[in-house]
Amino acid sequence: MKSTSVLKRLVPALAGAAATALLLSACGGASVNQAAAADASKPQCGTVNVALNAWVGYTANAAVYSYVAKEKLGCTVVQKDLNEQIAWQGFGSGEVDVIIENWGHEDLAKQYITEQAVAVDAGPTGNEGHIGWYVPPWLAKAHPDITDSKNLNKYASLLATSESGGKGQLLDGDPAFVTNDEALVKNLKLDFKVVYSGSEAALIQSFRAAEKNKTPLLGYFYEPQWFLAEVPLVKVNLPKWTPGCDADAEKIACDYPDYKLNKVISKKFADSGSPAAKLAKAFSWTNADQDSVATDIQNGMAPEAAAKKWVEAHPEKVEAWLK
Amino acid sequence: MSATLVDLEETPDTQAAPVRAPRRRLSRKTVLLLSAGAIWLAGYFLLRGTGTLTLPTAELTDLHRSLNHFNAWVASNRADNPVFLYVFSPLRSAVDAVANVFTTTFAASPTGLRLPEIGWLGTVGLLSWIAFAVGNARVAVLTAAVFVFFGLQGLFVEAAYTFSLVVTAVLLSLLVGLPLGVLAGISARIEKIITPVLDFMQILPTFVYLAPLALVFLIGPASAVIATVIYAAPPIIRLTAHGIRGIPENTREASDSLGTTGLQRLFTLQIPMAKRTIVMGINQGTMAALSMVTIAALIAAPGLGQVVVRALQSLDVGTAVNAGLSIVLMAIMLDRVTTAASERAKPATQRRRSKVSRRLRVIVLGATFVLVLVLVQLSRTVLWAAQFPTDLNFGPAITSGVASASDWMQTHLFLLTETFREAVTVAFLNPFQSLATETPFFIIFAVLALAAYAFGGWKLTALVLGCLTAIVYLGLWGDAMVTLASTLVATVIVMVLGVLFGVAMGRSSRLDKLLRPVLDAGQTLPAFVYLVPFLGLFGATRFTAIIAGVIYAAPAAIKIMADGISGVSPTVVEAAVSSGSTPWQVITKVQLPMARKSLGLAANQGLIYVLAMVVVGALVGAGGLGYDVVAGFVQSSLFGKGMAAGLTIVFLGILLDRITQAAAFARPSKSTHKAQPVPNNSVPNTKEA
Repeated sequence: MKSTSVLKRLVPALAGAAATALLLSACGGASVNQAAAADASKPQCGTVNVALNAWVGYTANAAVYSYVAKEKLGCTVVQKDLNEQIAWQGFGSGEVDVIIENWGHEDLAKQYITEQAVAVDAGPTGNEGHIGWYVPPWLAKAHPDITDSKNLNKYASLLATSESGGKGQLLDGDPAFVTNDEALVKNLKLDFKVVYSGSEAALIQSFRAAEKNKTPLLGYFYEPQWFLAEVPLVKVNLPKWTPGCDADAEKIACDYPDYKLNKVISKKFADSGSPAAKLAKAFSWTNADQDSVATDIQNGMAPEAAAKKWVEAHPEKVEAWLK
Repeated sequence: MSATLVDLEETPDTQAAPVRAPRRRLSRKTVLLLSAGAIWLAGYFLLRGTGTLTLPTAELTDLHRSLNHFNAWVASNRADNPVFLYVFSPLRSAVDAVANVFTTTFAASPTGLRLPEIGWLGTVGLLSWIAFAVGNARVAVLTAAVFVFFGLQGLFVEAAYTFSLVVTAVLLSLLVGLPLGVLAGISARIEKIITPVLDFMQILPTFVYLAPLALVFLIGPASAVIATVIYAAPPIIRLTAHGIRGIPENTREASDSLGTTGLQRLFTLQIPMAKRTIVMGINQGTMAALSMVTIAALIAAPGLGQVVVRALQSLDVGTAVNAGLSIVLMAIMLDRVTTAASERAKPATQRRRSKVSRRLRVIVLGATFVLVLVLVQLSRTVLWAAQFPTDLNFGPAITSGVASASDWMQTHLFLLTETFREAVTVAFLNPFQSLATETPFFIIFAVLALAAYAFGGWKLTALVLGCLTAIVYLGLWGDAMVTLASTLVATVIVMVLGVLFGVAMGRSSRLDKLLRPVLDAGQTLPAFVYLVPFLGLFGATRFTAIIAGVIYAAPAAIKIMADGISGVSPTVVEAAVSSGSTPWQVITKVQLPMARKSLGLAANQGLIYVLAMVVVGALVGAGGLGYDVVAGFVQSSLFGKGMAAGLTIVFLGILLDRITQAAAFARPSKSTHKAQPVPNNSVPNTKEA
């Protein structure tokens, strides 16, 4: 083994290093943690647990909320990276106080707000969500009439893939997303098959590749979404949504409704009288506001820095929340 | 990892008594298999599309609906049910406390906002010293290098979190696994009971129990650690039991004749002699724990997994690869350290005699420990030693380099990859899937029952029929067949790669050395990391999912084949060469037939590894059972269906495992029949030799 010679050389070297290190540490002085501890002393607000869902729009909301709670109210904000459903579970166990952007989720709302009464609706975020079917821009340019769902059958063979068994392919996304697509295909008598890509990443990557390589693709998508700033997908018009047209899940033949995105906070937190709870209820901004922060984050800015930039540019909105 | 194989190879050796069957039975087996194939084809063409038991993606069965209530039940009982109050809550607090000790020591204060007890310099020093103490100087240097590299990647804190949680999980797995393993080792009955439970724990997709786990043990490190323990404990239990069982009978008798009692025998003979295998179990458990890092991130476990998951959300390949690289390096480091530790754990007589005397070693250990203490103290008092200097950060360079490489690939290779994908999908996958999904279920029952009878007799047939009935009962037969078709296609590709590379590596030790780290990376790199570029290349398709399965499973198959081929006695090979055989003849007539046991094992392990990727495959377009599992995880109304899908995967896994094991080990396969008759016992046992 070679290690003997290595060791022989190592021992004196190590001894030398030890001596130097001892000297250095003697000059060290106070523990480094004391310095770090100093900046945690701000006015009383307590701790707020903010669920952090992974999409960028959510991150923008959470970053601005956390920044304001921390800097203006002196709260200790703990952000927890969680899957949506797990975040709702956290209301019951007291581990999550705030979900700052919620898309529908009627089943969860029923379970946690109505039945278990551990969470409350904290009002709209001011953002509006749209769900629908989209095509990459090149396809809409090449075949302008594809954006009307009545013409889709004409393009079924164009949109067919090896996954869709001879029919046209309609690519769906993450299983977490609200979708009526199987019923829509059936009730609109479209010669299409819903193919499940299985994740948001897969969906976005598919659209990105379709635009880049000019391959045909029809898929489920939604806005606000940072990806639309990169590739402005074109929405396909389904028969207009009217109140009640989606009452029977089996018979749906109309477009998705507009989603008023809202905030949900835990009952305990809402009743605590914490200023952060008031802030959560008051928090409201526009799609443009969210997009500007989301785009900054998407372009590599740290969420906290992007939030700071927005807050400093919009003092009047922040003031209104804090009143 | 290198140790995996060795040991996978070892396990079945003990079970399989290689008895050469008489010729007549061989031909009967062939007849049975041929008629099974004929029935399948006939059933497909005559009854196509009937009795397929498909369930549309959005629909549920009554069973699924009743399983849905499980989550709600847990939620409403967790406050007052005594089991929750007196068992789960204390358990959670205990696990949390242990996890806290490690995270506050190495990563950050409990709130995550302040510095840890020991800064980066102290961590590097302390862990390298431990690596030196349990292993050798080489792994100590490796440990230091890897941890410094984490710092250079700009991921030191994340890596420290991941390291702390993995260590916590492995320690708890040992706490649970060692006693159970010892029990299973000394009592055949306990082993019989425990084996299906372990199969269940290893095959059931984590997504199935992650949400309920987070409900019972709350969000955060404790749940993540417990989820990891569920996955990491089985290999430790299996290998501990295997080690204790593997002690030669005569050694035990010798000890018994000296009048030792049961307990004395256990502590003075069995455990010390099994030490090496037990440490190997720790190695396997550690690797399993690391493979859970990204999944644990979904319930707020801090660390590298978070970085990967977050990067994936914005399709940031560069950042994901950077963090993935850290995970691979940590896996390689932990593997090498535990392997070195198992080397050291060999009884003194078996170990290569080290030239370093014991005394010198103690002196060096003592001296370096003082140095470590200095480093620790330094890292507690000076900022540059506490926080890794941010100006030494190569993370962005790695990130942008990888991002542009992946962009280039997706732009320039797309046409090529698309053509390839279409060819494989149309020529193999679609016909095979239609054969599996459109044949009536009772025909497939008959086919698999015949195959099972051919390989393993009545007992296996009964087991297979039981599994199939359970799958039908769970209501997801159609999806199970979709998954089965992709799994089998992936396994065929894995076997082709396994034989090609395995033979090449078995014949050339240089190539072996060159490829091993690549194979290690394939096994430990989180699939999430490479899936995004693959999505660009192959789209969201079943094919992409198959590729993901192949990347994960092929390394295992290749390593097993390489070990098998290199284990063929060199004298036999020389004899063949000197009698004028061409290299091709040597491979096909001598090496492959003699390594046929490895071939069977590689097929078996390949299948199981591919099956482990079913859920990940669903994230890139595989559909089938994996999709149901993911959907159950993210939508509470589909929870029951997800659970049923998870159970279906378990039954499918057990069924495939038992059939391939029986095919591989019970009797010689047809290929040997054609080869020159070599007496079976001349196949050397690669490990113990």
